[in-house]
Amino acid sequence: MAEIKNPESGVTPLLSLRNINMTFGGIKALKNVSFDVRPGEVHCLAGENGSGKSTLIKIITGVYRPEAGAVIDYDGQTHSHMSPVTAQAGGIQVIWQDLALFPEMTVAENIAFHSLVGRTPRLVNYGQMREVAIKALQRLGVTLDVDAPLKDYSIAQRQIVAIARALIGEAKIVFMDEPTASLTQSETDHLIGIVRSLSASGVAVVFVSHRLAEVLEISNRLTVLRDGALVGVYPVEGMTQSRITELMTGKSFDQQVRAKPVEGNPVVLEVKGLTRPGQFEDISFTVRRGETLGITGLLGAGRTELALSLFGMLKPRSGSVTLEGKPVRFSSNRDAIKAGIAYLSEDRLSLGLIQPQSIADNLAIASLDRIKSGGFLSDERKRRLVAHWITELGVKIGRQSDAVSTLSGGNQQRIAIAKWLATDPKLLILDAPTVGVDVGARAGIFEIVARLAESGLAIILISDEVPEVYFNADRVLHMAQGQMAGWFDPRRSTLQEIEAAVYA
Amino acid sequence: MTGITARIRNLFGPEMAGPGFAFLAVMLFFGIASPQFLSGATFGSVAFQLPELGLLTLAMLLPVLTGGLNLAITFTANLAGLTVAWVLQANGGVDAGIGAFLLGCVLAIAVGAATGVVMGLVIAYTRAHPILVSLSMMIFVRGLGEFLTRGGDVSGFPAFLQPIGHGSFLGIPIPLLIFIACVLLWHVLLTRFKLGFNTYMIGSNIEAARYSGVNTRKVIVLVYTLSGAMCAVAGIIMLARFNSVRVGHGESYLLITVLACFLGGVNPFGGFGRVIPVFVALVVLQLLSSGLNLMGANQHLATAVWGILLLAVMILRWLAAQLMIFNRRKG
Repeated sequence: MAEIKNPESGVTPLLSLRNINMTFGGIKALKNVSFDVRPGEVHCLAGENGSGKSTLIKIITGVYRPEAGAVIDYDGQTHSHMSPVTAQAGGIQVIWQDLALFPEMTVAENIAFHSLVGRTPRLVNYGQMREVAIKALQRLGVTLDVDAPLKDYSIAQRQIVAIARALIGEAKIVFMDEPTASLTQSETDHLIGIVRSLSASGVAVVFVSHRLAEVLEISNRLTVLRDGALVGVYPVEGMTQSRITELMTGKSFDQQVRAKPVEGNPVVLEVKGLTRPGQFEDISFTVRRGETLGITGLLGAGRTELALSLFGMLKPRSGSVTLEGKPVRFSSNRDAIKAGIAYLSEDRLSLGLIQPQSIADNLAIASLDRIKSGGFLSDERKRRLVAHWITELGVKIGRQSDAVSTLSGGNQQRIAIAKWLATDPKLLILDAPTVGVDVGARAGIFEIVARLAESGLAIILISDEVPEVYFNADRVLHMAQGQMAGWFDPRRSTLQEIEAAVYA
Repeated sequence: MTGITARIRNLFGPEMAGPGFAFLAVMLFFGIASPQFLSGATFGSVAFQLPELGLLTLAMLLPVLTGGLNLAITFTANLAGLTVAWVLQANGGVDAGIGAFLLGCVLAIAVGAATGVVMGLVIAYTRAHPILVSLSMMIFVRGLGEFLTRGGDVSGFPAFLQPIGHGSFLGIPIPLLIFIACVLLWHVLLTRFKLGFNTYMIGSNIEAARYSGVNTRKVIVLVYTLSGAMCAVAGIIMLARFNSVRVGHGESYLLITVLACFLGGVNPFGGFGRVIPVFVALVVLQLLSSGLNLMGANQHLATAVWGILLLAVMILRWLAAQLMIFNRRKG
C-alpha cells in the first residue's frame, strides 16, 4: 500500500484523508477536503458553524459515508469509508460537546461500561469495572471517587470522566468537540495540561474549538475549513487570533477600540452598594446616556445575578437603584420593562427566545400593548412592527411566521435584541450576546450595539470574553467572586492588562 | 389574492389540514355508503349532539395549549349543573321562575370558575403537574357531588328549560347556537387578546415567556378559570338536554375531548392549536358516529372507530411531515 509522506516534515501521518466530498440535500457540506493528523500531535480543526467540522469528524468516526473517490488512510490501512466499528476498534475516540454520559450512574460505570458491553456472559463485574475506571483516571493524574454518582461532579470533572472513558479503548487519536465551552479558566488550564500529557504519551488530540486564545496556546498545527472547503493547514507558531478569524471568515477584522468619552452625558442608571449575599456584594456604578458599560469576569463572578437584580427578577438584599434620578424597586421584571430596562438573556436557546414560536410573536411578545387597535391585538400592526425592526437591524428572514429556531444564531440574536428595542428601553442589558453566534456575525451584533449607543441608549454589555468588552465598551468593570475587582478604560489600558487581571 | 390566502391561513392555520381532510373523507365515505346520510336528519342529530362534547372540548383546549390538562371537566360541569338544579329546587322546583334560573346560571359559572381558580393557583405557584392537580380536583368534585346527591339524579325542572336543550331558533338548534357563540368567543380570545397570545407562548416555553415579561402565573390561573367557567356552560346545556343532573353524566367524554383537540391539530405538548380546526374535528367525530348509526352499526362500535380514526390521523400526520422533509431536501 502507498506510503504517504508529508513533504515538509517527513512524518508519516497517523490519519490521512484525501478527496472527501459530502452532499446533504443538494448542499455540498464538504468539497474535496483533505485532512491529516500526525501521531501524538495536538491539532486544531477550526471553522465557523456550518463550515463542515462536525461532518468531517462524523466521516472519520464512520457515522457518515463520504462520496465515492474518498481515500482514508489510517494506521497503515486504506479505506474508502470508515464504519463505527472499525473506527472504535482502531482507537479513534470522540468526546462530544454534550459528553454523552449518564449523570445518574457512578463514575466507574460511566468510564467502564463501554468496555464491558457485548461480552458474554452478560453479567456486570463491578470489581473489574472499578479497577478499569481507577486505572484510567490514574493515567490522567486525577483522583475522583469512582463510586459517586456522576451528577455530583462539575462539568469540568465530567469532561475528565469522558476523556477517561475514551482512553480505556486504547485510543490513538482523540477528537474533542468544543471541550472548553463551559469551563472556567483554571479548569481549562487543567484540561490543557491533560491534553499535553496525552500528546506526550503518543495520543494525537484533535481540538475543535472556537476559543482562539487556547487554540494558539495548545496546538501544533491548525486546519481551517470554510463553507465546506479546506482553506489551509498552518503551523500554529506565528499565528495570531485575528489572522485565524480572517482565515475562518474570509474577511479581515481590524478591531479598534470603540471607547469614547461619555462623562458629559446625563446619568441613566445609578447603582449604589447593591448586595445579594452569596452572589454579589457592594456593587456601585453609573451608566450614562449613550454609554456602553462593559462588565467582565469569570463564570460565577455574579455578573448574571447582578443583571437579573437590575431587571427585577432577583431581589437585592440591600443597596439602591436609581433610574433617571428616581429610585426604583421592582417586584417583577414587568415593572422593570415598564420603567425602561431590558435584559437580553445569556441563554438564548431556552430563556431568550421561544424557539418553536414564530419570528413575529417572539419579537412582539414584550410589546403587545403597542400592537393593539381598539383594545384588540392587531395582526396588521404586529406585521408592521416586525417589518420595521427586521429592516432596522438587518435581519435576514423568510416569512414572519417561520419558527425563530429556523434562523442562524446571529439572526436569532438580532430578533432577541429587536424584541427589547420594541419596548423602547432606556437601558439595555446584553448578557453574553455572542454566545453561539459565528465569528463573522459577531461583528454585526456589535455594529448594532454601537449604533444603539450612538442613538442615546445606555447599554450594559456583559461578557466573559475580555476582548468583546475591551473593543466595544467605553469603560470596563471587572467582577470577581461577586465583588467589584477593578475598573479599566480601554483607551488607557491594553487588552493584555485586562486579561491578566481577569484570568489571574 | 395572496391577501385572501394569507387571511385564510391566519384564520385556520396549518392545523386545518388534518381535520379538513378527515371531514372530506367522512362525507365522501358515508355519502356513497348510505343514501340517507346527506339528509337533514343526520345534520339535525349531529347538531344536537355536538354541543355537549364541544363545550367540554373548549374547556379542555385552553389548558392543553399551555401544555397542561384539565381532567376535572366533566365532573365540574355536573357540579355546576347541580348548582342550577338546587337553586331551581329551592325556588319552587317545577314552578321556579326565570329569575331563579338566571341566578342559578350565574352561581353555576361561579362554581365552575372557582374549581379553575384553585387548580390554576396550585399549578402556577407550586408548579405541580397539571395532570396531578386536575386529577385531584376531579376526585374532589366527584366525591363532593356524590356526597351531596347520594349518587342519584336530580330532576324536576320548570318547562321553560325545555327549549334550551331541544328547541330551535330559525331552524338552528339552540344548544348549537350557544356552542357556536362559545367557539367564536374562544377564537377571539386566542387570536385577539394578550391572554390568548401569552397562552401559546407559555405552552411552548414558560420560562422564556417569563423572561420576556409575561405574567405567567396570572395567565395560568386565568386559563384554568376560563376552563372551569366553560365547563359550567356545558353543565347547564347538559341539564337542559337530559332534564336531569347526575354526577356521572358524560363521564366518557373526558378523554374524547383530549383526542378531539389532537385531531384538531393541537400540539399535545402545548403552544400550538386553533379553535376552528378543533370545531371541524368535533363535527367529524359526530358525523362518524351518526353515519355508523345510520348504517345500523352499534353505538359502541362507533366509539371504537373514533379510536381508529385518531390513530390513522397520527400516522397520516407523520407521513405528511416525512413528505415535507423529503420535498425540502429535493428543493
